[in-house]
Amino acid sequence: MLSFMLKRIAQLIPVFIGATLLVYFLVFATPGNPIEALSGGKPMSDATRAALEAQYNLDKPFWVQYGLYLKNLLTFDLGTSFSGQEVSAMLGRAFPVTARLAILALLIEGIFGIIFGVIAGMRKGKWFDSTILIASLIVIAVPTFVLGFVLQFVVGVKLDLVKPTVSGSATWGELFLPALVLGLVSLAYVVRLTRTSVIENKSADFVRTATAKGLSRRRVITVHILRNSLIPVVTFLGADLGGLMGGAIVTEGIFNVPGVGHLLYQAIQKGETPTVVAVVGVLVIVFVVANLVVDMLYALLDPRIRYA
Amino acid sequence: MTETATPKPLLEIKDLAITFSTPDGPVHAVRDANFTVMPGETVAIVGESGSGKSTSALAAIGLLAGNGSVSGGQILFDGEDISHASEKRFVELRGNHIGMVPQDPMSNLNPVWKIGFQVKETLKANGLAGDNPKQRVSQILADAGLPNPEARANQYPHEFSGGMRQRALIAIGLACRPRLLIADEPTSALDVTVQQQILDHLDTMTSELGTAVLLITHDLGLAAERAEKVVVMYKGRVVEYGPALDILRNPQHPYTKRLISSAPSLSAQRGDKHEAIVDEIVPGKAEPLLKISNLTKVFDIRKGFGRKEKFTAVDNASFEIPKGTTTAVVGESGSGKSTIAQMVLNLLDKTSGEITFDGEQIGNLNEKKLFKYRRRVQPIFQDPYGSLDPMYSIYRTIEEPLRIHGIGNSASRQKKVAELLDQVSMPASTMHRFPNELSGGQRQRIAIARALALQPEMIVCDEAVSALDVLVQAQVLELLDELQREMGLTYLFITHDLAVVRQIADNVCVMERGKIVEQGTADQIFAAPKSQYTRNLLGAIPGASLI
Repeated sequence: MLSFMLKRIAQLIPVFIGATLLVYFLVFATPGNPIEALSGGKPMSDATRAALEAQYNLDKPFWVQYGLYLKNLLTFDLGTSFSGQEVSAMLGRAFPVTARLAILALLIEGIFGIIFGVIAGMRKGKWFDSTILIASLIVIAVPTFVLGFVLQFVVGVKLDLVKPTVSGSATWGELFLPALVLGLVSLAYVVRLTRTSVIENKSADFVRTATAKGLSRRRVITVHILRNSLIPVVTFLGADLGGLMGGAIVTEGIFNVPGVGHLLYQAIQKGETPTVVAVVGVLVIVFVVANLVVDMLYALLDPRIRYA
Repeated sequence: MTETATPKPLLEIKDLAITFSTPDGPVHAVRDANFTVMPGETVAIVGESGSGKSTSALAAIGLLAGNGSVSGGQILFDGEDISHASEKRFVELRGNHIGMVPQDPMSNLNPVWKIGFQVKETLKANGLAGDNPKQRVSQILADAGLPNPEARANQYPHEFSGGMRQRALIAIGLACRPRLLIADEPTSALDVTVQQQILDHLDTMTSELGTAVLLITHDLGLAAERAEKVVVMYKGRVVEYGPALDILRNPQHPYTKRLISSAPSLSAQRGDKHEAIVDEIVPGKAEPLLKISNLTKVFDIRKGFGRKEKFTAVDNASFEIPKGTTTAVVGESGSGKSTIAQMVLNLLDKTSGEITFDGEQIGNLNEKKLFKYRRRVQPIFQDPYGSLDPMYSIYRTIEEPLRIHGIGNSASRQKKVAELLDQVSMPASTMHRFPNELSGGQRQRIAIARALALQPEMIVCDEAVSALDVLVQAQVLELLDELQREMGLTYLFITHDLAVVRQIADNVCVMERGKIVEQGTADQIFAAPKSQYTRNLLGAIPGASLI
């Protein structure tokens, strides 16, 4: 188990280098000169331009730029943005906000998704099941930004239950509505996945045997159906955590959340390579770690899986 | 429970009818069934799949599938009608009044919980865990014949063999000392010797505890050996009911007669045998079609941390199959018999030794020669559900080998498929159907037709009839026998069932842990087995002492 974990963590290195190199190259290859953007299109003396290009290493060839970036990275220097802010400081502010948002979304989709999924699965073909199926289909079909604006308008403006936008401090309470919007589509998938898995397991032979042992229906469901049904759901949730972190751009835009998505969007617009690469790098690490956690959970839920 | 002078029946089934509602309308799975189980008595229900034997028993423990219900009659347990009892009442009854040992040990234990946990929760649910549940669990597992129960309780089902799992399931079924135990084909998935041990153990335990047993089985020999009374069910009805030996010796209903005549365990004892083609071949003159010498197969088993262990699946095996005869390779699971079949079919590379077919060594055949070899040797596999492609029509399944080998044009191939279907006694209209529309026996006929399509000289049957009901099994064996006589086919027959061997084989090789421990003609092996292992195998066939 330990050697498996170490192996997986060692895999982070090539994955990280590959991902950052790719992103670095994409931003490098994007048309438009970042210095032009920085100056806001105003005329600039050649000397100033050259000085700025030298400051951000923009005058050097691609490989040198990337090499210098990696070298700085080893000393935990993520570089500075064009506005002169430390990228690490910006990330430090934005990352916790997005992490809170993503974890809240994950909790919402995990808890409600599994509960609704189990009930629907146990009552296959009854009204609850049909309602859940139709509702989840609608949620999957409607784009996130539509859902986001509708909920923001109804819950935030009309009913005035929560603040329609998020303040700079982005507290847990403020983030609830954005998290709901962010997690809603995945919630629909979790419901359907759990439902299918429960339906499959409830007719398994060992469930019948468990019933024949004299166990109550509640115990049969929680002990014998639920744990077995969670295996595919956990895989989905883990993979989704990475998606939630990276995919929050739209939601963060609607609710004005000062998170990673927001930061990334602005950095791409300005062509700020260090910021873009840093954000993507962090997301890559989150993704890989989330997958590692999924694999660990997998082994925990299913004793037949052993890693060597 | 108080003892009375005239004991009351423990379970009384009166005019029971069970109906399943399906999209195609109601299906009457059981009609007018009547039988009783007295306290401490063993009653066997015998019938083929779909006869309603399991359905009747499951109704008594409230475990009918969702769309099934008792549509008439009564199920009296200790005088109480439980045919429409509430779920709550059944939760009270299950475990400590009515226990169950299910059929398939592989799928009936929850793979994600430890064995000990699964026993303990049974005790807890019935309020019998006591002060020291851990010790109680060990005791129960030990009673069921599991050695080293403390360690075993800490293991997961996948760490158990099939026989051990069945013991664990018996432990669970009897954990709460029920008065009635429903044993649904408790050993049909196990090797004969393991089957015998487990049934013996079940007998001992239930007679010590005074438990009544409702034994469900498709094997009349086994039923007669283990039960005091036998209920024969056919198409949802009880066709015969009475003391076991009476029914076995003096069957009244035609179905029971058929069942007795085709029960492999019984015919093996009587020594029924097909007219061996070997008689027509002068011994010694028959050319061996297949010759296996010093065949060995070693597998590497990974042990983690890069360590490997060698496992010898087949160890220095040698035998010959004369043309036009049947040689059976018999042994328990893990004996290496299927590995031999796979090497003969060239689906698996041998480690050392020689396989010679018609004078030519296989194993170093080039692609072109191998292609030709495949035409001459065809397989029939165990599971007729898994070995036919569900997306292929029957026509496409049978026609495919002809097409691959470029035989005939589409018109002649269609004619050939119709002929082949006729040979296996299936109507030509079957060719437009799909595997899921056919029964297990019908599918196995299709698999035989497919194997025959290329007019092979040898057919390798790997447990070809093990998945089939006895009557269907007898029909398929008869068909194979007929085809052999008509076409002079040679069979290599891999099976764990000595009873089947008796019906089909001319020569027998007995395998134990990779080695051939005994070989000879079927008559020799059955009449005068030399090795202790063969004697054990023969002794384990149910019904041995009855005829």
